[in-house]
Amino acid sequence: MSHSQDRPGFWTRLSNPGQFLIWSRPLVVPLVVVTAAVFLVGLWFALVNSPEDYQMGDTVRIMYIHVPTAWLSQFVYAVMAVSAIGTLVWRHPMADVSMKAAAPLGATFTALALYTGSLWGRPTWGTFWEWDGRMTSTLVLLLIYLGIIALWRAFEDPLRGARMVAILTLVGAINIPIVKFSVDWWATLHQPASVLRADGPTMPGSILTPLLIMFGAFTLLFIVLHLVGMRTEVRRRRIASLERRLAQRGA
Amino acid sequence: MRRAFAAIIVRDIRLALRAGSDALTLVLFFVMIGIVVPFAIGPDRVLLAQLAPAIVWIAAFLASLIGIDRVFRDDFEDGTLMLLRHGTLPMELVVLAKLIVHWLLTAFPLILATPVLAVLLAMDPGALWRTVISLILGTPGLAALGAIGAGITVSLRRGGLVAPVLVLPFAIPILIFGVGAIASGIGPDLTGSARLLLAAISLMLVAIAPFAAALAVRAGED
Amino acid sequence: MAFDLGPHAVFIIAAYLGVATVVAALIGYRTFEARSVSRRLSLLEEASGRKRAQ
Repeated sequence: MSHSQDRPGFWTRLSNPGQFLIWSRPLVVPLVVVTAAVFLVGLWFALVNSPEDYQMGDTVRIMYIHVPTAWLSQFVYAVMAVSAIGTLVWRHPMADVSMKAAAPLGATFTALALYTGSLWGRPTWGTFWEWDGRMTSTLVLLLIYLGIIALWRAFEDPLRGARMVAILTLVGAINIPIVKFSVDWWATLHQPASVLRADGPTMPGSILTPLLIMFGAFTLLFIVLHLVGMRTEVRRRRIASLERRLAQRGA
Repeated sequence: MRRAFAAIIVRDIRLALRAGSDALTLVLFFVMIGIVVPFAIGPDRVLLAQLAPAIVWIAAFLASLIGIDRVFRDDFEDGTLMLLRHGTLPMELVVLAKLIVHWLLTAFPLILATPVLAVLLAMDPGALWRTVISLILGTPGLAALGAIGAGITVSLRRGGLVAPVLVLPFAIPILIFGVGAIASGIGPDLTGSARLLLAAISLMLVAIAPFAAALAVRAGED
Repeated sequence: MAFDLGPHAVFIIAAYLGVATVVAALIGYRTFEARSVSRRLSLLEEASGRKRAQ
């Protein structure tokens, strides 16, 4: 145990806010460069180097940004749910910070998934908004994100707020599958099921390549923004504690 | 332990009845929505009968959202919650008792008032019966979600508006299956399966709520 | 436009431009936030360090 005095162990380095600022610092710039490069390649494939779909024509190109944002809308929630467990079980400050930095990103990507989905829906379905299962449950997910952000803003004390948000996030994690199931049930109840099958039976490789690269690009984008957001949040908390200390000393 | 549990329920019901009008106000609100909607839609009896399940459920939904803030608010402000926390009864059971009282005071009167709405909205007896069953099955789930929202926001001074916003998206399945258990759309009759799904969701939420809300209440007082 | 996007070009361009705008705004906001917070932190650290030194 004595060696941990001068050199902090792996978990301490990973989890201590000050250590986090140190080890994550050299990651930011390389990640930004990689993300930008993957985006360039992905966009080139998506807009130039891929054929149009025989059924959807060129509108298939919207899919290359729609499906990754839709994936992120759920992935970010999973990140928040895992962080929520960290907050409740280990009361870990970095888990709080991760939840807080992820929430606005999740809401934004969910909104983008809805935006691109409705622009994709207009040419293929003939309407901007269709109450089909997937779009409706994405809309509900957006509402859940907005509720979580509202709860973050309502608490002045970030420690207490983090635990409340964690409870809400986990209740949501249990509930989201139910919401999804119920909305699918409802959507098939009110319309014949055969109308909306946007995804074809199989995807040819010419579509799969740009899609997978854009998946990677958007996921990297989230990771960079999340990391930078966490760094900012750690600093913001340090500012708050410094201000408190200065005020005490001044008094 | 059982006596302490019963004591909380009796105390809360007594307090609510002494304060009087709250439950009655909620019933009034519930019935009023049923009275107001025809003014917006028009007095077409066929159309009203068709929309009646939706109107009743929307009314119950809104009424239950309004009542959320009261689940823990008074006890939090006068310190009773703090005392209960250090009492013999685990916080989870305290929350369960509060949940039962909340349902008895906010949902049960609405179910009793449903026949009034059924008459106003031109429901036939069969539809009324299915509506009452679906409200009985669904409202415990709404109350459970309300208790979770109340627990999370109780330490906020201005939590009144936040809790309904948090709870509403999670209550959508209850609304879907609640209306689905009354009348299904085109296609085969799915009211039976909707009723079972509604009961399943309610049971699950009632099982989760004491733990989630107790956790939140404890975290709120630290 | 150098390439032909077919009859629904408007929707495709709107989708890409919209996503690009929002993502750019998100990046800009996170960068701005990071800059202003770290500047404020270094100012404060300087101030508290000076106080400690006195």
